[in-house]
Amino acid sequence: MRRSMLFIPGNNPSMIQNSPFLGADSIILDLEDAVSLDEKDSARCLVRNALLSLDFNGCEKVVRINSISSGFGYDDIDAIARIKPDAFLIPKATEDDIEEIDSLISTIEREEGFKLGCIKLIPLIETAFGVEDVFNIIKSSKRIVAVLLGAEDLTADMGIKRTKEGEEIFYARSRIASVCAALKVDAIDTPFTDVNDFEGLRKDAEKAKLIGMSGKAAINPRQIDVINEVFSPSFDDINWAKRVIEAYEKAKMEGKGVFALDGKMVDAPILLRAKNIIEKAKAIGLIKG
Amino acid sequence: MINAVKREIPEFIEGYGKVKPFMGAYANIGDVVKTSVKIKSVKPNDKKVLPSIKDALLKCGIKDGMTISFHHHLRNGDYVLNMVLDEIAKLGIKNLTVAASSIFPCHAPLVEHIKNGVVTKIYANYMSGPVAEAVSKGLLKYPAIMHTHGGRARAIESGDLHIDIAFIAAPTCDTYGNINGVEGKSACGSLGYAIPDAMYAEKVVAITDNLVDYPACPIEISQEYVDYVVVVDEIGDPKGIVSGTTRITRDPIGLRIAKLAAQLIDEVGLLKDGFSFQTGAGGTSLAVAAFVKDIMKKKNIKGSFAAGGITGYIVDMFEEGLFKALFDVQCFDLKAVESYKNNKAHQGMSASMYGNPHNKGAVVNNLDVMILGATEVDIDFNVNVTTGSNGIIIGGSGGHSDTAAGAKLAIVVTQLTKARLPIIVDRVTTVTTPGETIDAVVTERGIAINPRRQDLLEKLKDSNLPIFTIEELKNMAEKLTGVPEKIEFEDRIVAVVEYRDGTVIDVVRQVR
Repeated sequence: MRRSMLFIPGNNPSMIQNSPFLGADSIILDLEDAVSLDEKDSARCLVRNALLSLDFNGCEKVVRINSISSGFGYDDIDAIARIKPDAFLIPKATEDDIEEIDSLISTIEREEGFKLGCIKLIPLIETAFGVEDVFNIIKSSKRIVAVLLGAEDLTADMGIKRTKEGEEIFYARSRIASVCAALKVDAIDTPFTDVNDFEGLRKDAEKAKLIGMSGKAAINPRQIDVINEVFSPSFDDINWAKRVIEAYEKAKMEGKGVFALDGKMVDAPILLRAKNIIEKAKAIGLIKG
Repeated sequence: MINAVKREIPEFIEGYGKVKPFMGAYANIGDVVKTSVKIKSVKPNDKKVLPSIKDALLKCGIKDGMTISFHHHLRNGDYVLNMVLDEIAKLGIKNLTVAASSIFPCHAPLVEHIKNGVVTKIYANYMSGPVAEAVSKGLLKYPAIMHTHGGRARAIESGDLHIDIAFIAAPTCDTYGNINGVEGKSACGSLGYAIPDAMYAEKVVAITDNLVDYPACPIEISQEYVDYVVVVDEIGDPKGIVSGTTRITRDPIGLRIAKLAAQLIDEVGLLKDGFSFQTGAGGTSLAVAAFVKDIMKKKNIKGSFAAGGITGYIVDMFEEGLFKALFDVQCFDLKAVESYKNNKAHQGMSASMYGNPHNKGAVVNNLDVMILGATEVDIDFNVNVTTGSNGIIIGGSGGHSDTAAGAKLAIVVTQLTKARLPIIVDRVTTVTTPGETIDAVVTERGIAINPRRQDLLEKLKDSNLPIFTIEELKNMAEKLTGVPEKIEFEDRIVAVVEYRDGTVIDVVRQVR
């Protein structure tokens, strides 16, 4: 479940300590953009110790490493992979980077006696090439569980203006959502950068959800509630799904192959959608069972 | 002897007298006797306006050993207490007792009067700043007596606290002593804390910077109680009297705590039509109000009243129709002052009506939910809001103990750790409010329900809220911070913490 993934600067002990209790499904401890060059070593050390000693309250623990090309990425992987985070977020991911990182992590997993493949990868797609190559990037490692769209860098790479409305990233969102659905990994939407505009955030998240993104990154803890709400099934959705499943059970008892609800035929895709809603609602704790 | 919150307290305290130990929050309710007050009646042509504070002091017969009182509606902008004490010092008067409903950093000059023996005893419901530090370090000759807001009213009405002269800072006053707080450059709104002083002091002096023609309507404190009126240039600094606006916290941890508190209120079934509520003016407390407001609007709930010190945020809820009325003992910001002036259902209340346990029913008794703060909470749910992590006095009950005792659900909202210290501890440094009156502690990492409230635990048994025992929360905090070393104190008692019924719940000893 990755409705919300919260970026936390890897050099801020107080924010790291409190981050698991803010409602996000995943915490991304950031060693890259949030950390200045002269703090890379100390942030790496801080993140490592935080992962070793803090209770993450069931949140997924993700570390955004520096890119391989920056020179810091290797040290990040070596220090952090040995304490088994849930996943690494890989900036400006390419197929080559992912293959190299996969191999490095496999070596560490063997050395440390971890189960092979236990550390997952999340490529950050933030170049035009990355958008076009996203299918191959995901296929390049079995560790990949999600893809995160980084729209700020992407629009800079394309030389286009980034807007609140987000029309300029419609294609990138659509492509990533479609490829992720095809390859059964999560598609995580880019952060909304105006941290005081909650209506704008809601609209942006709803737009992403409509296209098929399954969650959204947050750059401020106050964004989490809105994101979680948008990417959780609504009570109306849950009630509808319960009714579909009840009607299905009844039809099955009566030996009917097809059945209707509210005058509309319910077929396999609709039943699947209803089952997915119930499963998601259970995972979030919206319904018991 | 050991009192009901397991505190070792002496049977007799020098400068305080015989100690009545705290026996339980509701152990001392029943038949009470109110005191009578000796006054001098006036003739039809008597004038009340005097040229100076010195004249008023002389007319009132100021002398060594008297008790003089002040209210704190001008908060950290108050000039009156300092002005009066400076005049008294000039007259060579010594050994006074100052009964101020609260003492703030602006009252720093009082420290000199403590040092030179002008003031030897203090009563206050709350004190912070240099005076509180001076008391903690043992500079005051006799122990300070810390009341609750309701307890101070009780003490005055019962005669436990006899006031010789009450000085009432009056934002507006007429020539015959009628006072209100809603007009004038120093307008502060409700004057609720000053009312018991006015009614029970032998002499009452109104000090105003806005003398108006008779009558000064609306009248909050009436001419029947006021002996003299003195006009000064300024009774206070408007910047310190009321803040421009009170704001909801933007801190994500504060917001998380507030959201959990609002969910708790909802899940135990208290958020329904007729709901009554009180919260403080702090950022997190106000955020609870914001989340409660969202739920009330979503569920179309019409509340009964909100009470306490009133903020603009609570006024907004009232104006949106979420509450039928407001009970206001003190306005916290300009919006609250305006509303108090203009809305009939924005009702003023005296400190006694607010929280006195020994009257025929205080407003706190009708509260459904109270949101409280804490500097420490212990595993018996006792709360300290009196002393800080270094043992120095940093506050006091104010309305904390009164509202906790009255409300159906008293919730402490606090971060689990602050400044690398655990807030939930084995034993609080000072007990301000007894654990038996605290129902829940809400932190960012979880909620602890007082085991005395099995009814609440039953209602929450299927809840998704993160419910833990208080010991589990304490362990979580200690895992992050370790266990701090105990603060060391001298034997000397520098303050006596009275519960609202006048019994002694704890003492504060001199810091080392």
